[in-house]
Amino acid sequence: MTQTIDTKTVKHVAALARLGITDEEAEKFSGQFSAIIEYFNMLNEVDTDNVPPASDIANAENILREDDVQPSMNREEFFKNAPKTERGYVKVPTVLGDE
Amino acid sequence: MTQYEAIIGLEIHAEMLTNSKMFCGCSAAYASAPEPNTYICPVCTGLPGAMPVVNKKAVELATLVGLALNCTINEHNTFARKNYYYPDLPKGYQISQYELPIASKGYLDIDTPSPLAPLPKGEGNDDSLRPAGEGSGMRVTIRRAHIEEDTAKLAHEKNSALVDFNRAGVPLLEIVTEPDMRTVEAALDYATKIRAILRYLGVNTGDMETGVLRFEANISVRPVGSEELRTRTEIKNLNSFRALTRASAYEIERQIKVYENGGIIVQETLGWDDVREVTVSQRGKEDAHDYRYFPEPDLPPLRLDRAWIESIRAQLPELPEAKTQRFVTQFELKEKEARFLTSEKALADYFEGVVSKSKSPAKTVHSWIAGEFMRYINDASMDVKDVPVAPESFAKLIDMITDKTIGASAGKTILTELFTNGGDPAQIVKEKNLAQVSDEGFILEVVTKILNDNPKEVEQYLAGKETILQWMMGQIARTTKGKADPNVARELLLKLLEERRK
Amino acid sequence: MQLHNLTIRAASEMLASKKISSVELTQATLQRAHEVDSKIQAYVTIADDVALEQAKQADERIAKGENITPLTGIPFSMKDAISTRGVRTTCSSKILENYVPQYNATVTDKLADAGAVLIGKTNMDEFGMGSSCENSGLFNTRNPWDLDRVPGGSSGGAAASMSAGLCNFAIGEDTGGSVRMPAGFCNVTGIKPTYGRVSRYGLIALASSFDSIGPMTRDAYDCATVLQYIAGHDPKDSTSYKIQVTNYHENINKPVKGMKLGIPKEYFVAGMEVGVESSIQEAIRTYEKLGMEVHEVSLPHTKYALPVYYLLLFAEASSNLARFDGTRFGLSVSKDAKDVVDIYLQTRHEGFGDEVKRRIMLGAYALSAGYYDAYYLKAQKVRTLLRQDFENAFNSVDVLLAPTCPTTAFKLGEKTSDPLEMYLSDIYVVATNPAGVPGLALPCGFSNNMPVGMQLIGKHLDEQTLFQVGHAYQQVTDWHKQNPGNR
Ligand SMILES: [Zn+2]
Repeated sequence: MTQTIDTKTVKHVAALARLGITDEEAEKFSGQFSAIIEYFNMLNEVDTDNVPPASDIANAENILREDDVQPSMNREEFFKNAPKTERGYVKVPTVLGDE
Repeated sequence: MTQYEAIIGLEIHAEMLTNSKMFCGCSAAYASAPEPNTYICPVCTGLPGAMPVVNKKAVELATLVGLALNCTINEHNTFARKNYYYPDLPKGYQISQYELPIASKGYLDIDTPSPLAPLPKGEGNDDSLRPAGEGSGMRVTIRRAHIEEDTAKLAHEKNSALVDFNRAGVPLLEIVTEPDMRTVEAALDYATKIRAILRYLGVNTGDMETGVLRFEANISVRPVGSEELRTRTEIKNLNSFRALTRASAYEIERQIKVYENGGIIVQETLGWDDVREVTVSQRGKEDAHDYRYFPEPDLPPLRLDRAWIESIRAQLPELPEAKTQRFVTQFELKEKEARFLTSEKALADYFEGVVSKSKSPAKTVHSWIAGEFMRYINDASMDVKDVPVAPESFAKLIDMITDKTIGASAGKTILTELFTNGGDPAQIVKEKNLAQVSDEGFILEVVTKILNDNPKEVEQYLAGKETILQWMMGQIARTTKGKADPNVARELLLKLLEERRK
Repeated sequence: MQLHNLTIRAASEMLASKKISSVELTQATLQRAHEVDSKIQAYVTIADDVALEQAKQADERIAKGENITPLTGIPFSMKDAISTRGVRTTCSSKILENYVPQYNATVTDKLADAGAVLIGKTNMDEFGMGSSCENSGLFNTRNPWDLDRVPGGSSGGAAASMSAGLCNFAIGEDTGGSVRMPAGFCNVTGIKPTYGRVSRYGLIALASSFDSIGPMTRDAYDCATVLQYIAGHDPKDSTSYKIQVTNYHENINKPVKGMKLGIPKEYFVAGMEVGVESSIQEAIRTYEKLGMEVHEVSLPHTKYALPVYYLLLFAEASSNLARFDGTRFGLSVSKDAKDVVDIYLQTRHEGFGDEVKRRIMLGAYALSAGYYDAYYLKAQKVRTLLRQDFENAFNSVDVLLAPTCPTTAFKLGEKTSDPLEMYLSDIYVVATNPAGVPGLALPCGFSNNMPVGMQLIGKHLDEQTLFQVGHAYQQVTDWHKQNPGNR
């Protein structure tokens, strides 16, 4: 399974990850990604039939919280790091479209 | 012209009634927060390094709903991250469940007649699961129910949006059906029943105007008789039964029109414009649906052992359907009557409370509750659970009517008195002198006076206008403040009128 | 002996016997940090005020004789990925350059409770993504042994702060060798504990299923001391073990005679620097002399550890770093923003360095529709096999011994042009993280005058044995006592 990651794909994943990207960057990343993905394809050599994914067999026991209300954080503290706030809200530019 | 049928599936997002949020200890009562961004912490605002911890109560409530909907509770279920960017989603992902939800494969029976056309073949649509008796109703298959967290609230301003994280992280249960429903009526029936169940279980208030319950409808249409599944659209954020039915009906019509004109339906997400009453496309971005789900590495798989599930099952209350059947047999009510009483748990409980204290037949109790009682609380926009009249008092009142201590109209007066000032019904009867009088001498006096005072009406009656009789009965009730036994009064009235004819 | 090269227990004894106060020790450390660190650049932030306040409180505790721990009054540095309330926490990223957390990581709280003194926050590869500290979005840290060379990464600032004598212990974090590899490059002892042994709450996540906070110290004994105080279940971290913490010093002086040392053959392949290989072989002989049985073992899936590690890390990191969007904290770039999406795009474009962008994009790719099964899921399955490799090996041996890196510290700029080559320098340290097992890095010699590191790998939650075996080695060698000033 060989494949190269073209600049169109790079721009697509950049958009998915909400990363601004220039044409030159897309060009540069495209070459690097192809080499890295090529290297990753080595995993295809491994027979994983009947092998469960590790995420499903994590051995930690249930950690659950009782439904008790704990004190919340101070809003002014929270706002110290916020770029823009207004009337107790965090302010962001217009939101177009959904999700 | 081609006949079409609709294929409808519903998703319900129900906030679960917990004290604290799904993954942190902040209060979940965002609706009563004093100010925006006061029920917040590093976890629910997505601060760097903060980690989620699962709310046990939310898991129990989700399990309770799963059991009520006849689902399989998955002893091993996992949380997953749903990745997308939106300012109401602080972490850039929503913690949800994907491959292994807490509950799967259940069903809910509804009363709306089953469709003539067969259900689509496929997962969860085994015809053998259908309740017996064509036309008696149908079984809606629940595909899954999973836990997730609510988003923050976004207020759109002119050139900006304001974010309030008080709602962020409130536990949600998403309940997804198979596309089993064929009519808007069936969808409404299902939605109404699900809401009632959630309220019965104490999982959700069902107050739709506050947004604690939200529907999404998946809709496609096809010619009747066809078995193909055509492209469907998804209408999001339907916040009322009205929006659900209007939007679904509109979308069905729209799709039929598109096909009739030779067009095609594109798979898309739609919103419902409540003002213009049209569905509108919400997004067209190609990446919009690539949520890149993967197992949440901050939370180990959730393990629900048998014993825990059984202890939750033991908490299941009697559900509307079972209660209805019991009311029919135990109280000899008509199914329709029983269904009305069980539509709300508080109402059913009230009814049973009155019946248990009363010597009158359950049917009489039903007619008083369905009639005067409901009229009163509807007029007052009162919740059944806030009714100030104790079932014992109401039972006494009904019994006094049954044993003719008072008349029906006095009963209404007393009920009003009980609602407004409270008190003991027997005491009120005494104080207001409302006891029914069957004494013929007294009633004869009253009737004679009314006939003497209204010679014109007497003439009209004798000339054949029989409706005057009703008017006269009204006059008697008014004069005696409803105390006169109507049967005695009527007899005497007829007798005196006949005498005058001579 | 100079103050700045004291072990924890030497410093603690001086404090207990009132030869010196914590304030004096702290002032000396701060002064040295201000003098020396202009050359090394180990620290992103030196927290003079916090340090002196904590030192004062430690002195009060010591004076009252109440609540004293072996860490009371001891200066330490903290990797800048761990949240400290009121002290800037940058992850060495422009996107968090001015971020001051509103809350403490659990580890921060635990160290404060023990009475330790926070000197400052150390430089790292941006968000932990790198093996040389050259990916710091702020500046490079230099190796105190040779200023033209890298300190390793990603906890490079932590390792450098130790070997330059800028603290008495350091808190690092190891996602795929980030404690052990720089420890080796800088001649420091350091442990990556079992995944889940130390709470991650407040650690700015890189790869949530690998990240392990661990101490860096002058020797194995000190390492056990620090781990004792930061390990344990945390109700705020659902992935932390509920099992009780063992006493790490309990067996530390017991002889290792008769214990079984495994040498994984897959770790000894062509490409290892000659001086590194000979140092490791020498260490194996030392253990033989101490009476350990040496066995060759096989970890057959070792070659796949690197792609498994990187694929899963990319995927988890791409999601973990989604929250840095310029709306609630950190950098926010909104030049002519018409839509909130413009803020996301611009902030993330300007705030993240190239390596972070690469990993976020590759992670999104590995999780995206159509590729999930081939990449993410496949890697999770091979990860299961990697774990089984270790489980099988530990059926026959008590600990494994392996190098931490095929080479000693390389020159700044040597590997920056090819990201894949940089990834390959992690080849010996990454396998433990997907497997979750603990690894203790120890200095074991020099090659061309640069330190060589080895690691002991143990069973799940068996840090105790690692400290015992590591301590036994340090009783008969003095590599760990070497520092750039005395060699
Ligand atoms: Zn919270």
